[in-house]
Amino acid sequence: MSARDVVITGIGLVSSLGEGADTHWQKLSASGTKPVIDAERFAPYAIHPLPEIDWSLQIAKRGDQRQMETWQRLGTYVAGLALTDAGIKDNEDLCATMDMVVAAGGGERDVAVDSDILAASVQRDDFDVLLNEKLTTELRPTLFLAQLSNLLAGNISIVHKVTGSSRTFMGEEGAGVSAIETAAARIRSGQSTHMLVGGAFQTEHPDMLLGYELAGYLHRGEWKPVWQRQGAEGGGIVSGSGGAFLVLESREHAEKRGQRIYATLGPVASGRARRGRDELAAGIGKLLDTVDASENGLLAISGASGAHKATATEKAVIDARTDIAARAFSTLTGHLKEAQFPFAVALAALAVANKAPYPPFEAAEKAFDGPLKSVLATTIGYHHFEGMALVGASD
Amino acid sequence: MTKFTDHLGRPVVAVTGIGVVTSLGVGKKDNWEALTAGKSGIHPITRFPVDQLNTRIAGTVDFLASSSKGASALTYELAETAAGEAITEAGFTIDDFGGPLFLASPPVELDWHDRLALYKGGDREPASDRLLEVARNLNSLEMFDSAQFASIADRLADRFGATGLPITLSTACASGATAIQLGVEAIRRGEAQRALSIGADGSATAEALIRFSLLSALSTSNDAPEKASKPFSKDRDGFVLAEGSAALVLESLESATARGATVLGIIQGCGEKADDFHRTRSKPDGSPAIAAVRAALADAGLGEDGIDYINAHGTSTPENDKMEHMSLSTVFGEHINRIPISSNKSMIGHTLSAAGAIEAAFSLMTMREGVIPPTINYDNPDPAIALDVVPNVKREASVRTVLSNSFGFGGQNTCLVMAREPV
Repeated sequence: MSARDVVITGIGLVSSLGEGADTHWQKLSASGTKPVIDAERFAPYAIHPLPEIDWSLQIAKRGDQRQMETWQRLGTYVAGLALTDAGIKDNEDLCATMDMVVAAGGGERDVAVDSDILAASVQRDDFDVLLNEKLTTELRPTLFLAQLSNLLAGNISIVHKVTGSSRTFMGEEGAGVSAIETAAARIRSGQSTHMLVGGAFQTEHPDMLLGYELAGYLHRGEWKPVWQRQGAEGGGIVSGSGGAFLVLESREHAEKRGQRIYATLGPVASGRARRGRDELAAGIGKLLDTVDASENGLLAISGASGAHKATATEKAVIDARTDIAARAFSTLTGHLKEAQFPFAVALAALAVANKAPYPPFEAAEKAFDGPLKSVLATTIGYHHFEGMALVGASD
Repeated sequence: MTKFTDHLGRPVVAVTGIGVVTSLGVGKKDNWEALTAGKSGIHPITRFPVDQLNTRIAGTVDFLASSSKGASALTYELAETAAGEAITEAGFTIDDFGGPLFLASPPVELDWHDRLALYKGGDREPASDRLLEVARNLNSLEMFDSAQFASIADRLADRFGATGLPITLSTACASGATAIQLGVEAIRRGEAQRALSIGADGSATAEALIRFSLLSALSTSNDAPEKASKPFSKDRDGFVLAEGSAALVLESLESATARGATVLGIIQGCGEKADDFHRTRSKPDGSPAIAAVRAALADAGLGEDGIDYINAHGTSTPENDKMEHMSLSTVFGEHINRIPISSNKSMIGHTLSAAGAIEAAFSLMTMREGVIPPTINYDNPDPAIALDVVPNVKREASVRTVLSNSFGFGGQNTCLVMAREPV
């Protein structure tokens, strides 16, 4: 135990299952929780939709809400949940000195404008001129900012007054891994005392599905749990809307202000296995070594996406480690892209704090009955990049 | 004996390689010659038709193989070109750099021409369903990669043999400076002996131009493109959208010295502070910019008398230049009267995600060459901004330390302090 241990003191979560850390713990720790699935709106793709959210609970001003598309609003909302949970929301001094790393996507374009441009293109052979005509007259001037990657962090500063520093990482799941890894390193080295870190993903937009489907990554046909999508129609990913933000602090900072500690964030590891050269299995093994996942009988909160190759490789490595029992939460939430790793770490922290494991999320997952000390959080990117963290008890 | 740790006991971070591409050319030599000659890289746009557009000029990079191949391809080539120059200068093997990579680049989006190609590949309605159906049947890894945020850094990591998971970041117009800051921090924490920090932006598409235009951010001085970017002038009317890249090889001074590398400069301090006021406007009292400058000075262990030259953010928008002047006057007090301050953007325009890195590269060259590049187009000074802007003509000067400012949309402010040698 050291003053500069990284501890988790705030958790904000939203998924199709609901909102809040405790809601997620209650639903995920109970047996037989069913996923919320919308198979109609984007058929042939199923998605896990956002729950009903009263945005004004975390974003008081309507004017602020209007300046954001859904993804930014969602991220800002989830960040607010984490700050509230950590007892930092509305504490001006703590917010003004708080550092932030956001894992961001972006690009919620105006579907009506884009569709209109495409429809008009049939009559024209000067597409570039058509683009100028339509974009200059039909684009809402503020849309650019409302969908821009770094403006999720910008809005968190504006709405929640988190202004110590603000950095936005991009790059699918890897962005979430790096965000947590960097935040932890800054606290451990004494560069920062308290940090807000996380991300959000809003999948209910055709371009968000297109981002996966350009390489055929989405699962089609009947819905199946994450580990059971091999060989099924499509690419294996069912996406979801949601987000996860964490408040990380140095132990000293958290204890000094008497804040409840969920868990300690132990070693965080990241990697870029060259998958074209079949390095992924070895890469996952290396990450396991780096975070020292040697505890006998280990619960793993897996961010497996269902993407056929990556998930089959992860499964093979984990199956070979008979002492690891994995829980792929995307069976219940869908794939949350940039938010995947923060979500995995949050669920690991909740298990540690409650001193209880999650039951299997599907039939293919084995029971876990060992004592629960540390919990592993993993995220193997559907296309590239991977990361892990070991989450330990609060003391 | 050289001291390898700074005033806070952290490893001193040296720069041992620099690469740069702007609308003025490829490489440090061409850029420096043009920059010190006061030459503008701003020109009429030819990449796409300018019908209907209020702004028809830009500082696009039109001379690379990927210049007409979309934002993703061009951003990659810009990054690769600059990084190649930097790694070569530093003396590392080009495909075995052996340190982490930090890339500042614009958010990616599927190119309109790809979107159109998908649309033409089917007949289902609505259009959004059609794109999805055609996309999955096409299964084009090339198109997929162009729309994945991680792809450019992944390719660069392969190309140069960078280690670990490369970080792609965006802090808007401060991105390039943030990439450098991340590299500096990794070395200071002892995670790496060296790091590759790149800022690259090849995203001057019609839509990007229109977006900034709709925010009334761009100059419309179309008739005299080279005169359009006029920081600190009374008649400044917006920034000029531009492209470019810069790469720095950062290395612990100890490691650089041990292998006998030429030290091109020191990254002495980094400071940042976010603004909570508004999405495009900064807080009227300038407190976030002031705090960012002060944080950089404190991190560098320097007082307000410690800076010899300021490389301004200097975008040429009415708002930025006014706020920057106010913030600097507040921090430096009467010292500001003797500190020359110039804006590279007067010549190269605003290279957005790359700007902080390019301007850091030029700041380092300023110290090394003993020549301050001018602020050109300073024909009509703004009387409310009393600064020594090194008007129109370069100036020879011994510059030991530089402050480089980057203030971004979305309130992300990052400042770097660089030194000619460890101080």
